[in-house]
Amino acid sequence: MLEIRNLHAAVNGKEILKGLDLSVKGGEIHAVMGPNGSGKSTLAKVLAGHPDYQVTEGEVIYLGKNLLEMEPDERAREGFFLAFQYPIEIPGVSNANFLRMAYNEKAKHEGRDELDPLEFDDLIREKIKIVEMETSFINRSVNEGFSGGEKKRNEILQMAVLDPRLAVLDETDSGLDIDALRIVANGINKLARKDNAIILVTHYQRLLNYIEPHFVHVLFRGRIAKSGGKELAMELENKGYDWIKTAETKT
Amino acid sequence: MLHLAREKEHYFSADRLFTKSRDGKDPQWLIKLREKAGEHYLRIDFPTTHDEEWKYTNIAPILKVPYRQSFGSDIEGVSPGPIIPFEFEESKGSQLVFVNGLFARELSNLSNLPTGITAGNIAEVSGGDSRVVRDHLGVYADYREHAFTALNTALAGDGAFIYVPKGKVVESPIHMLFVSQGAEPVAAHPRIMVAADEGSVLTIIESYLSRTDQVYFTNAVAEVFAGRGSVITHYRVQEESERAFHIATTQVFQERDSHYSSCAISLGGEISRHDLNVVLNGEHIETTIDGLYVVDGKQHVDNHTTLDHLHPHCRSQQLYKGILDGKARAVFSGKVFVREGAVLTDAHQLNKNLLLSSEATVNTKPQLEIFADDVKCAHGATVGQLEDEELFYLASRGIPPERARALLTYGFAEDVISKIKLKSVRDQLDRKVLDKLHQSLEVS
Repeated sequence: MLEIRNLHAAVNGKEILKGLDLSVKGGEIHAVMGPNGSGKSTLAKVLAGHPDYQVTEGEVIYLGKNLLEMEPDERAREGFFLAFQYPIEIPGVSNANFLRMAYNEKAKHEGRDELDPLEFDDLIREKIKIVEMETSFINRSVNEGFSGGEKKRNEILQMAVLDPRLAVLDETDSGLDIDALRIVANGINKLARKDNAIILVTHYQRLLNYIEPHFVHVLFRGRIAKSGGKELAMELENKGYDWIKTAETKT
Repeated sequence: MLHLAREKEHYFSADRLFTKSRDGKDPQWLIKLREKAGEHYLRIDFPTTHDEEWKYTNIAPILKVPYRQSFGSDIEGVSPGPIIPFEFEESKGSQLVFVNGLFARELSNLSNLPTGITAGNIAEVSGGDSRVVRDHLGVYADYREHAFTALNTALAGDGAFIYVPKGKVVESPIHMLFVSQGAEPVAAHPRIMVAADEGSVLTIIESYLSRTDQVYFTNAVAEVFAGRGSVITHYRVQEESERAFHIATTQVFQERDSHYSSCAISLGGEISRHDLNVVLNGEHIETTIDGLYVVDGKQHVDNHTTLDHLHPHCRSQQLYKGILDGKARAVFSGKVFVREGAVLTDAHQLNKNLLLSSEATVNTKPQLEIFADDVKCAHGATVGQLEDEELFYLASRGIPPERARALLTYGFAEDVISKIKLKSVRDQLDRKVLDKLHQSLEVS
């Protein structure tokens, strides 16, 4: 589904990713972990096509296509989804209007029927159960005045509505209390299927108590320093990132 | 100045002749009022950019045009068909139509007016039930200092008059529709007088539209009297042609416990200026004035507002928003006075502008002048562009850039539009705001 080869990327002229390789197949859940500044969020932003990040070398093949040549909105219509670490507030635009527009753009792209407001209302009322949100959220402005936890749940709601093939969740667990963490994790688990893939970008191991990844990667200084199964996350939890730093320096 | 004086005489004299021809029909006090205003008009100079209040709005292009006066025959050429799209569902039976400032009886419909309510042409109403008109007309809008108001008053004849007696509730909004048309440039001087007596409730819509692409000039004056405890909701929609000149003053006088809320929308005009002045003359008054201007091309739009708090325990809220594209220019000047003794005033004023083009300009000047202690006042102004992070967020959900821009623009205007309680007005504006910017969206 996703092949990242020797990816180098910079922001404001400063190189953050320095030859990153990653391979993700359908049905897999990957966790990308790492200390602050290791390039986790840069990876997420580069994959989504944020204009501030420049790819200087390497390639990203997504479903057989060159992802880096696509505009951000094209990537989304092709089934790529990024759950933002800091979701943006859009005053004056209701969640319902925003999501229906996004849904219909994707439906149009895939040659499916677009939904009118009533049909979409049925769909969103079904999907909102996944994140245990009040239906009143549907008519509120996108993320405006939402608490941190509500914003993150709203990201997962968007993921549920857009039904992506590949979802990158950037620090979706950060700032969540225990209830919100459980709800968000349950939501993600419900959305994981055989034909899609999820990349969890996270600093802490705690989300992985609720979502079991098939692979765990440790990002350090812009590269994958170590890969393994879920036990690697436990090891990180016990030993801390210094352990990787020491190991990396030795090699 | 000589040149200006000639211009003044030019388009006053012809109109005055026309107005004079009504002297036989109109009551003595109205003739006197016109004469007095006429004297002031000839004495006062038109404002120039040297005047602080007109610093950013040059009216020279307006004065250069040789307008003809409106004739009674202007009304005859108008069929109702083209006006229908500008009617509002809620006010089909309470609609006053004016063509080039003259009352068009055939196009007006007052079949749904509740008993006891007066709505009609000033010229006719003042003949019979003259007391109310006389008590209010020319009392609030100051023709002694302002040339355009003086000119309008000096030519006062036809106009919209609405009177709601004590305790009456008018459920359907009353719509005053001003149409400009003609093959050559015409100057119209629409006049509005609205008086709501103690405890009454009224909603009015005032709208301006063009049926010509020709240059023309609208010089409107509206006076609104909100009696003790009355509740007035006032929508003003200006959507004239790109070559229209529009200068208007709305002067509101509120008595204690009254509520006045207004929403003024400006979409059209080459040069348009609206002065909205509210005098809060009593305790426990509430005033809400909102505005939205959407301009592009070389349009120039200017909003000047004054809220004058004279007594304690009053509240005023103001939100004016502007969207500018092309080389358009917007001016906003908002003054809030809190006079001596007006303690416990709560005044909030905000002007926000969205620039969609690097060539659009905004001059904004929110002002607070406080002469009382223990007040709660805030004001501010912003000028910004669409946020890159917001555009990226929408793109990341599959929304193409041009639609993302439309959605964010719509979102910017939405908090003004969503406050409009009348559904048909709100729906029309939702659509028109985006049409105006050549953007399209399907929103429910």
